[in-house]
Formats: sequence, C-alpha cells, structure tokens
Amino acid sequence: MSSETAVSDTLGTKTPAWKRRRRPLLPRAWRRPMAIVGVVIVLAWLVIAIFAPLIAPYNPLAQSFTPLQAPNAAHWFGTDVLGRDELSRVLYGSRISLPLSLVLVVCSMLIGSVLGAIAGYFGRVVDEVIMRIADLVFAFPTIILAMIVAASLGPSLLNAVIALLLVSWPNYARVTRSLVLGARQQEYVVAGRLMGAGVFRSLGRDVAPNVVAPIFVLATLDFGNAILLLSGLSFLGLGAVPPTPEWGAMVSDGVQNFSQWWLATFPGIAIFSVVVAFNFIGDALRDALDPRTAEAVSGVSI
Amino acid sequence: MTGLSIRGLTLSIGDKRGATPILRGIDLEIPAGRVTGLAGESGSGKTMTGLAVCGLQPAGSQVGGVVELHSDRVQVPNLLSLRSSALNRVRGREVAMVFQDPTASLHPMISIGGQLTDHMRFHLGLSRRDARARAVDLLQRVHVPHAADALDRYPHQFSGGQLQRVAIASAIACDPGVLIADEPTTALDVTVQAGVLRLLRELCDDLELAVLLVTHDLGVMSAVADTIAVMHRGEIVEHGDRYQVITEPRSEYTRSLIESLPDTPPPGAAFVPDDADADQEGATDAR
Amino acid sequence: MPAELVFDDVAVTYRQSGRAELRAVDGVSITLAPGEVLGLVGESGCGKSTLARAACGLEPLSGGNIRFGGEPVPRLRMLARPARLRRIQMVFQNPYASLNPRRRVGSQIEDGRRAAGGSAPSIAELLADVGMPADAMSRYPHEFSGGQRQRIAIARALAASPDVLIGDEPIASLDASLQAKVATLMRDVAAKRNASLLFISHDLSVVRMIADRIAVMSAGRIVELGTAEEVWARPKHAYTRRLLASIPIADGLGRLPKV
Repeated sequence: MSSETAVSDTLGTKTPAWKRRRRPLLPRAWRRPMAIVGVVIVLAWLVIAIFAPLIAPYNPLAQSFTPLQAPNAAHWFGTDVLGRDELSRVLYGSRISLPLSLVLVVCSMLIGSVLGAIAGYFGRVVDEVIMRIADLVFAFPTIILAMIVAASLGPSLLNAVIALLLVSWPNYARVTRSLVLGARQQEYVVAGRLMGAGVFRSLGRDVAPNVVAPIFVLATLDFGNAILLLSGLSFLGLGAVPPTPEWGAMVSDGVQNFSQWWLATFPGIAIFSVVVAFNFIGDALRDALDPRTAEAVSGVSI
Repeated sequence: MTGLSIRGLTLSIGDKRGATPILRGIDLEIPAGRVTGLAGESGSGKTMTGLAVCGLQPAGSQVGGVVELHSDRVQVPNLLSLRSSALNRVRGREVAMVFQDPTASLHPMISIGGQLTDHMRFHLGLSRRDARARAVDLLQRVHVPHAADALDRYPHQFSGGQLQRVAIASAIACDPGVLIADEPTTALDVTVQAGVLRLLRELCDDLELAVLLVTHDLGVMSAVADTIAVMHRGEIVEHGDRYQVITEPRSEYTRSLIESLPDTPPPGAAFVPDDADADQEGATDAR
Repeated sequence: MPAELVFDDVAVTYRQSGRAELRAVDGVSITLAPGEVLGLVGESGCGKSTLARAACGLEPLSGGNIRFGGEPVPRLRMLARPARLRRIQMVFQNPYASLNPRRRVGSQIEDGRRAAGGSAPSIAELLADVGMPADAMSRYPHEFSGGQRQRIAIARALAASPDVLIGDEPIASLDASLQAKVATLMRDVAAKRNASLLFISHDLSVVRMIADRIAVMSAGRIVELGTAEEVWARPKHAYTRRLLASIPIADGLGRLPKV
C-alpha cells in the first residue's frame, strides 16, 4: 500500500500542514487599501455608537442653545431649529441607525436564505409558491412598497424595520435558491443522501456550508443599503419619530431649512461614510471568497 | 531539417518571494515526419511544456531556455524571445495546437466554416471564397463526412470525435510545420479515439508534420508515437525509441509507470473469425 | 446477510423538449450475485451510469423493476433512505466533486458509519483499508490528490457496510498509473467484506483485471454478458469486437488500433 500512496503523493501535497489554510484568501482581503478604509470607518462608528454618552459634548435632546448657529468652536456641527447640538445628535444617531440596520440585514438574510434554500432544494410546488411570492415583492420598487407598508403600520422605527424586512428578503431568497440549485446536484450531496441523510440534514450539512459565503457577502453589501432605506423612510416621516436623533430624519429637517447647510450635510456625511465603508468591505469580501473576481481585479489571469 | 528543438526550457510560477519551478530544463527534439510522445502523470509539467512552446504559459510565470523553429519558410532562433506580434504570426501559422476538449476549444456561436476560414484569411491572406474552398478540402482531409454542408453547421451539431477532427483541420489549415497535440483523445470514447489517432499518424506521415503528442495514456503512446519522452516533476527522465521505452525502460520512474498498467494480453486473441465481417484479424498497420 | 441485486427488464426514459424520447436504458435484465464482481463497460452515453444511478433509486424507472434482497428499490425522494437500502453504496466518478470541501474527511466517513448503525469498523481502520494514513481524518479534501480523494470516497462508501458497492466510472478521472491500482483496491475491499461490486468503466482493459463477469452495454442495452476471460478472448457480439479492437495496447509495437 505504501508504494501506492507514494505515487499519488507525487501530485504534490508537500506543503507543510501549517501553511495550508482552509480559506487562504481571507487574510488577503484585509490587505486591500479600500477594505482597510472600510473597516476603519466601521470600527470608528462602532466605538462612537457604544461610547456616545462619553464622546458627545451635549445631550442630543436638550434644546438649550441659540437655534440655527453655524458651526463654531462650541458647536462644531452647529445647532438645529430647536437649539439642539448637531454634533451630539449625529453621534447619538449612530446608536439608532447601526443596530437597526444590523437587525434588518440579519433578519432578512435569515428569512430570505432559509426560504430560498427550501425553494431550491425541494423544487416543484414549494419552489413555485415561494418564488412567486418573491416575484410579487420584486414587482414593486423597493422604497415605494416599504413606504406603503410603513404608512399602513403607522410611523415608528420598529414598523419601518418590519416594512423593510418584508421587501428585502426576496433578494436573499433568489440568490440562495440559485446557489442551492447548483450545490444540490453535487456528487457529495447525492453521496450524503445515499448514506441515509434526510433532506434537512443534507441541506444543513452538505449544501448550506458551501453556499453561505456569497450570501454573507451579499449581506455585507446590503448593510449600506439598509441604512439608506431606513434613513429614507425616516426622511419621509415614516420611521423615526421626533425628537429621536435619526440621520434620515435629521437630513429631512435640514432640507426644510435649506439655507442652513450644516443641518443636512453632517448627518448626510454620516450616512454616506457608513454606506461606502460597508460597500468597500463587501467588495473585498467578495473578491476574497470568489477567486475568479479576485483574479480579474488584480489582473493576474490571461 | 524542419522541426522544433527545445533546449533548456524552464518555467516557474510564483511571486517575488518564492517561485515554484514547474519545468526544470527540458531538452527535446521534435523532428518533422515523426510523432514525439511526451508522457507523464498529471502535474508532471507535460502540458505546460506544450503551452510554453507556443508562448501560452500562464500569466505571472517566468520562462527561460531556447525553442528553435526551422521550417521551409522561416527560421526562428528562439520562439520565446519573440514579441507578441511576431509570435502571433508564427503561432497558428507555423506552430499549431490541438487541445483535449474540442467542445471547449471551438467557439459555440460561430459556424465551423467561420472558424476554419478566419485564421486562414489572417495568416494566408486568402479571399473569402478561396478560404472556403480550402476549408472544404481540409474537412475532407480529416475525413469529416459531407464537408461542404459541415461548414455551415455549429459545433453543438457534431459529435465529440467529429469536433476533434474539425479542431485538427483548423490546426493544419495554414500548413504548419509543427503540431502540438495536448491529450487530443482523452475526452473521446475508445472507438472514436482509434480513428483520431489514425488521422494524426496519417497527417504526420503525409504532411511531414513534426508532432508533439502530449498524453498520459501509454497505450496511445505505444500506438502512434515514434519516440517517447517521459516527464516527471518537471524533468524528462527518459527519452528513447517507442519500443525501448515501453519494453526496456531505463529509468526507475518509467518502469513504475509501466508496471502500474493493467497486464493485458491482446484482446480477442482466441477469437476465430467465423464470418466475413471480422476483417484481417491482427493486421498490423505498417506505417 | 448479503443479498442479490436484480435488474428486471429495467428501462429509463428521458423526455427531451422538442425531440423524441431518449431511452437511456432499454430493457436491461441482469443479476448481481452476492460477492460477485460485475464489470459494466460501454461508451459514453450508452446508459451505464444511468443504470447505476437507478440502482440507488436516483432515476425514475419507466419500465421493469430493480429488486434488492427480494424487495423493490424505490425512488429516493424526500424521505431519508431506509437502512435496508443503505447497503447499496456508490463511489462516484469525480473525486473532486464527491467529497464535501467544507467538512473534514473523518466527519464524512463518520456519516457512512452512522448509516451502518454502529457495526462498522473505526475510521482509522477504514482509512488503513484503502491505504491512507489515520491522520487523514482530521484534514480537508482539498489537501489530497485526486487518487487519494478517490480512496477516501471508497472508505466512506465502505463505512456504510454495503452489500453492494457500485463504482460509477471511479477511475475515469485518475492518472493512468493509478487506474489499475484503485480498481484493484475496490475489488479487494469489496471481497474482504463479502460485498458484491458493480464496476462501471469505459476501460475494458482495467475491467478485465478485476471482474468475474463483464457486461457490455451499447445504446441502452446489454449486448454481451460473459465471464471476463470469455468476453476478452472470445467476444461474440460485433460491438464488443469493435470495442476490443480499438483499445491501444502499450506493447511498444506501434500498432494503430482499428477503427
């Protein structure tokens, strides 16, 4: 037997064990400059959200200053119509937008990918029912449908999240379904079934681990989108209720006082920075997990 | 004498920190009118040799050594040092390649005629009509039935064996001196393989082609190659006459390869032809 | 208790959009006796893989039936495969696709042992049987070469203590120098456990080495069935003769195979 393995060993498994990584490309993702910028921004916002009471100079709800001051030494970002410190409100705003977007993304990823996986794996009637419902949601522009749902539920941040959840899961369902459709034909999935694995065991052990990476990337890219949508609903008065310091609602206030540029600019920059940061991270993750795009980007192939 | 001679060909893949050598100095003569076999297991570097000779090595690899081309038309002292425009004039014109999977090497959306005539018009400067006439001749040459009709059909309308014949026709379209065939029959059924091997041998003899046949199948080697070079870990461990390499291998590695083959007495040995359709049993093909 | 696998006039038909129905398997009757090694050869598209998949309940039958130990083999649907049918196991063609890339080798072999219900030998013993070191169990499939992966796939199938082992072109994607070895290995491990082996390949010269009987399949039908030596030395059917004549033999004589 030993001579036989020796022959197959010629195919080169000589790399020492410690050098072989399960996902050797992952660390490279963090070496890309854009990914580093994204991570730094997100980490900064995380720190701000956690320590907002320590960092913010004033109470975000206290109407104790001269209204509509332009940015100055005492109020770096100026003050709003009601005499509240804009900087404090932007910093506190991260405590609303970030956790809610996270909840939104995680929930819609879970709901969407479970439904999509079931549709893809079982096929036939189940597939038809789930995917036609998804098509129904896709048929409307996302923000319009979310507005209708949010409006009928009444304005509150929780209702905005529920409305967005209803419109955002089909995205995950569609991607997961197509991934599962491909994965379930693999020989190792068939082999698992022949070993007596039931359908759910097969889905969980053989299919799911091989499709989670792209879904995770999608979720990262979607995070920025979630923040935009949440802010959008708040901007339209369907999300955060005053006096909650929510970025979208603050931009909306700023738009009503157009000549006071600082009111809309600073919360706008906050939204922009988070969205861009998550897009950077998502792009880097996608390149790292999918060798084909990684090669195309770095120009190694051909 | 026409042909290709490879001297000290090296190839390594890697970045600045560490390069992995794939080819460690290949010396090989590929004379005209002969089939030179290049055998070895997967990962031995045999395919990479074929690609590097055509300047098709993967990006990010370093190639060294000399590949000299002599033919009636051109003398190229070193193919590896040509710039890409000069290389493009040689590749496909003087040195042609046939790959393993004909369904992947032919464009699925372009008719056979289009694919055959395109590079003839580029390399030979033929008119559309002349190129088409030549394409029909070529398809007849490789024994594709109904050659004229076949030109207007698309790759998916052919079987794997027919497609490989078309790919060979495309390779010899510009009358090259050297043909590199990389596992040309591995994707084919054994009965179809027999036909393609015969075709290769026939073309080599009739057109005085210098053929480099890359394959892991020693049975195929034994059938068509004149000399066999055995590769192992980026080096040629043995190169010699077909009969000598297979029956009296000199290197330990070749011996282990041959010993690992199933021990086969000639099939149908005890078969007594009892009717007319069992034609000339055991007839050897005097090539 | 070993049981025989019986194909009785089995037919599998594929419906193709816009074209005539394709009878991939067209009335095949064959019996795989306990402990027997049956080689099934034929060219691509002859229906031999479809027949193997049908034996595992992976193809819908359009006619005839398949029985294992006297009882029919139903199609594998949503329900988990019953214990009785888990005694039919398959080794697939592509060793790069038949092992889950995200799970350790040991855990995948453990699946097979669970299928056998506890009576199976340990993972280390199974790995040793296929000539792999025991530390392979804690590694991932991508750390192994094609030949090694195929050995692992064989170990996994063996872990389920099969009475019938089916190899669906298990050597087709291996190097020539490994083909005979892996084929012999499959025969040996099957024989050691008293299991029968249905070995499917397009390579008659390898099948001849390991099979007791050879069935030659062409266009969905079995055109010749006989002992390995008989089929090799005295082929009766014209198709078998053609198949044999086209095998290139590594004898160094430069004989071109006949078309």
